[in-house]
Amino acid sequence: MKNSHTQITLSNGLKVFLKEIHTAPIISSWLWYRVGSRDEVQGRTGISHWVEHMQFKGTPQFPANILDKSISREGGSWNAFTYMDWTAYFETMPADKIDIALRLESDRMVNSQFDANEVASERTVIISEREGSENEPMFLLGEAIQQSAFRIHPYHHEVIGDMVDLHTMTRDDLYSHYRTFYVPNNAVMALAGDFDTQTMLARIKELFEPIPGGTEPARLAREEPMQKGEVRLSVEGPGATSYVQVCYRFPFASHPDFFSLSVLDSLLAGPSNLNMFSGGISNKTSRLYRALVDKELAVSAHGGAQATIDPFLYSITMTVHPKRKPEEALAALDKEIQRVKAEKVSKEEITRAIKQARALFAYGSENITNQGFWMGYAEMFANYEWFQTYLDKLAAVTVKDIQRVANEYFVPQRRVVGTYIPLGN
Amino acid sequence: MTNFKLDSSRSLPGPEDIHREVLSNGITVLTRSNFNSPSVVVSGYFSAGSLFDPDEKLGLADFVTSALMRGTEKRSFDKIYNELESVGAGLGFSSGVHKSGFNGRSLAEDLPLLLTLLSESLIQPAFPKAEVEKLRAQLLTGLAIRVQDTSDMASLLFDEILFKGHPYSRPEDGYPETVQKIRREDLVRFHRDHFGPRGMAIAIVGAVKAEEAVRQVKRALGGWQVKDQKEVHELPEVKLLKKTVSKAHRIAGKSQSDLVIGTNGPRRRDAEFMSATLGNNILGQFGMMGRIGDVVRERSGLAYYAYSSLSAGLGPGSWEVSAGVNPQNVKKATDLIVDELKRFVQEGVTTDELADSKANFIGRLPLSLESNGGVASALLNIERHNLGLDYYRRYADLVSAATGEDVLNTARKFIDPTRLAMAVAGP
Repeated sequence: MKNSHTQITLSNGLKVFLKEIHTAPIISSWLWYRVGSRDEVQGRTGISHWVEHMQFKGTPQFPANILDKSISREGGSWNAFTYMDWTAYFETMPADKIDIALRLESDRMVNSQFDANEVASERTVIISEREGSENEPMFLLGEAIQQSAFRIHPYHHEVIGDMVDLHTMTRDDLYSHYRTFYVPNNAVMALAGDFDTQTMLARIKELFEPIPGGTEPARLAREEPMQKGEVRLSVEGPGATSYVQVCYRFPFASHPDFFSLSVLDSLLAGPSNLNMFSGGISNKTSRLYRALVDKELAVSAHGGAQATIDPFLYSITMTVHPKRKPEEALAALDKEIQRVKAEKVSKEEITRAIKQARALFAYGSENITNQGFWMGYAEMFANYEWFQTYLDKLAAVTVKDIQRVANEYFVPQRRVVGTYIPLGN
Repeated sequence: MTNFKLDSSRSLPGPEDIHREVLSNGITVLTRSNFNSPSVVVSGYFSAGSLFDPDEKLGLADFVTSALMRGTEKRSFDKIYNELESVGAGLGFSSGVHKSGFNGRSLAEDLPLLLTLLSESLIQPAFPKAEVEKLRAQLLTGLAIRVQDTSDMASLLFDEILFKGHPYSRPEDGYPETVQKIRREDLVRFHRDHFGPRGMAIAIVGAVKAEEAVRQVKRALGGWQVKDQKEVHELPEVKLLKKTVSKAHRIAGKSQSDLVIGTNGPRRRDAEFMSATLGNNILGQFGMMGRIGDVVRERSGLAYYAYSSLSAGLGPGSWEVSAGVNPQNVKKATDLIVDELKRFVQEGVTTDELADSKANFIGRLPLSLESNGGVASALLNIERHNLGLDYYRRYADLVSAATGEDVLNTARKFIDPTRLAMAVAGP
C-alpha cells in the first residue's frame, strides 16, 4: 500500500501522480475533474454526466468514430464515471500504447466540439439511460430519499439528473459547463503501471503543460441545515417485493469520525468495499444479517458508506421477507441500532473489521487499474495520504470511539426512512 | 514511448508457469503463482449442473449449490461464515447448466481455511432443515424480483423461443412453483447422486507456490471418493427455427423495454469459434458496441445500451443482440438490428474492421489476465475446453490466422435473418 509514488503540480496547475508498478506490461491512466452533480443548479441537473458523455463525441483531431477505435484497436479498456463530487476518465492500455490515451486526454480537455447534432442524439441516449434506471425499485426509492434528505445542499438530485432538465438543457449550457470546469488547475492526473517515471513525466508535461490554466471554478456548497425530526416517505410501484432504506447523516470523508464509522459499518453490515475494480466480501455474520436475515425479517440487509467532500448519508437497505411487513424489519433494525448505542462492542469485533479491510486492500492491489484509480479518487474528497494511512487510522479506532459515534450519528431525528411499496405484478 | 519493460508474451500464462496435476480421484489441479499481492484465488467447477433437474423441480441444482454452505456435518452456517468473514475471505458456489462452480479468495495466509471450508461444503453438506427453508424464501424473493426485471425476462423468453423443447430452454434458477416443490430429501439425493471428484477442476492462483497449493488441495479434497457418480445423459439436438418467432412479455408500470434478438451460435470447441467471436466483436462490441451500437445508440439515439454477445459453452450456444429502449421505439430498434444482421451476412466485414478487432483481441489479453481471478478463469477455460497449456501464448497467432472469409462463412452458417428468435419484455 505504501509503494512510493511521485507527485508534482505542473505550471498550469494540473496535479500529477505517478506510481511505477512493473508486474505486468500495463499502464492505467486516470484523469479526474473536480466537477459532479453537486455543481449543478435546478434546470441543469444531470449536466456533468451529459458533458462526460459528450467527451466521447470527438475533437477535430480525434473525431468520434476515430476516438473510440484508436483506444480499442490497441486493446485498451476505457470508460468514464460521473459522481456527485467528481468526473473521471480512464484508459488501461498495453504499456507501449499508453501514448494514445495521453494524447486523447490532453486534446479533449480543451477541444471537444459539442456538435449540435451529437448533443441531440445523446439527449435521447441519456433519457433512455434514465428510463432504464426507473425500471429499478431501488433507484426510485433512493432518488426520493436523496431529494428529501437534501433540500439546500446540491447533493439533492441523482447524478443522471431530473427528466425535465434532460429534455430542456441546451448545447450551449453543456459547452459552458465543459469550459468552466475542464481546466488543468481543476484536474488531477494519475498513472500507475509499467513505465519510467521521468520519461512519463516529460511526456505528460509536453502534452498538458501548453494548456493554459483557467479561473478556478467555484463549487456549489450550500450547507444543509440540521434536520429536525425523522422523515418517512414511501414510493409505490410494480412488483411483489418491499424494500426499506434507512439513511443517517454521515460525515465527510476526511472527518476523523469517518474511520470509526467505517469500523461500525463493518461490524453492523459487513465492510463497504471502496475499491472500484475488485468485489467485496459477504456479510452473513454481520450484526444486521444475524438480526434481520437469520431471523427471517428480511432476505438481505446491506450497509453503504460513501467517501464524499461534504456530509452525505449512510444507508442501510433491507429487502423485506415476503412474509413480513416493512415495519417489522424496521423495528428489528432499530433494536440493533439501539444495542450498538447502549452496549460497548468487543475489541475482537474491531480487530475483525481491520482484518477485513486489510484483505479488501490486498484484493484491490492485484489490479493496476484499481491502483491508478485510488491515487486520483482519494484526491477528489481528501488526499492520497487518506488512502495510504487508511488502515492505520482504522487500527487506531477504540471501543469507546465506536459507542460515541453510534450515539452521535445514529440519531432518529436526523434520519430518512423510505419504503418501497409494491403494487403487484 | 519506449518504456516497454516486460516481454508481454512471457507475462501470459504458459506451460512453464502453469502447474497441472491430476489427483488419483480424478480432480485436476491447476496453479500459477503470483507474489505481487498477498492474496490468493481459488476457483473451480464440478459436474453437477441444472441438466440433472427434473422439469417439475427445476432449480434443484441451483438450490443445492446455494445450500452447500448453509451448514456441514462439522460446522453450522454461522460458524462457516464467521470463520470466512473474520479473515476477510470469501467463498461462494453457483450453478450452471452443465457444470456448477465455486469462487473463493483470501489472504494467502488463510488458504488452508478456505480449502477446508470448500471441502466440507462440497463433501459433507448437512442441509439443515431450518436453513433450507430460509434459503427457499430468499430464492423465491429472487424469482419475484426476476419477474419484474425487463432484461432478465427478455433473456428468459429468448431462450424459450430459441431452444424450444431442449433443456437449454430452461432457466437454471427455476420458477416459483418448481422451487416450492423441492424438498430437503431432493437436495440430499441430488448431492449424493451427482456430486463427486470426477470431472472436477480447481485453479489456485496467487501468493502460494505450486507444490504447496497442490499439497493443500490433496489434503482437503484428495481423499474424496464417490462410487456411483452419475453421468449426464446425452443431450437432444437443438432444433433450428424454421422462421422468425417473436414473443412479447408484458411487465406493467415499467419505463423501458428490453429486447433480445438472435439465433444459435457455435460451441466453444468448434472450429468456427474464433471467427464467430471476431465477427461478434465487429457486429456488436468493438469501440462503442460495434456496428449495432453505432446504428442504435450513436446514430439513432435510441438506447443507452445495444450490443451483441456470443454465448459458447460445452454445447451449442447462442448469438444474441440486446438493447434497452423506450417502449415506443421497440419496432424501430428491432428493424435497425435486423437490417444490421442482414448486412453482416450479406457483406461480411471489411479488412479494416477485421484488423481493428484482431488488434483489440491481442492487445486486451494482458488486461484480462492481470488479476488472480482473471488468471484462474483462464486456467479453467483451458481445462474445460481442452485448449492446451500454451493456449494464451498461441492466442495471438490464432487470432491473426482468421480471415474475412472465415468470418463471413461463420456468420452465414449461424445467422439467418429470416429465422430469428425475438423476445421483448416491457410495459
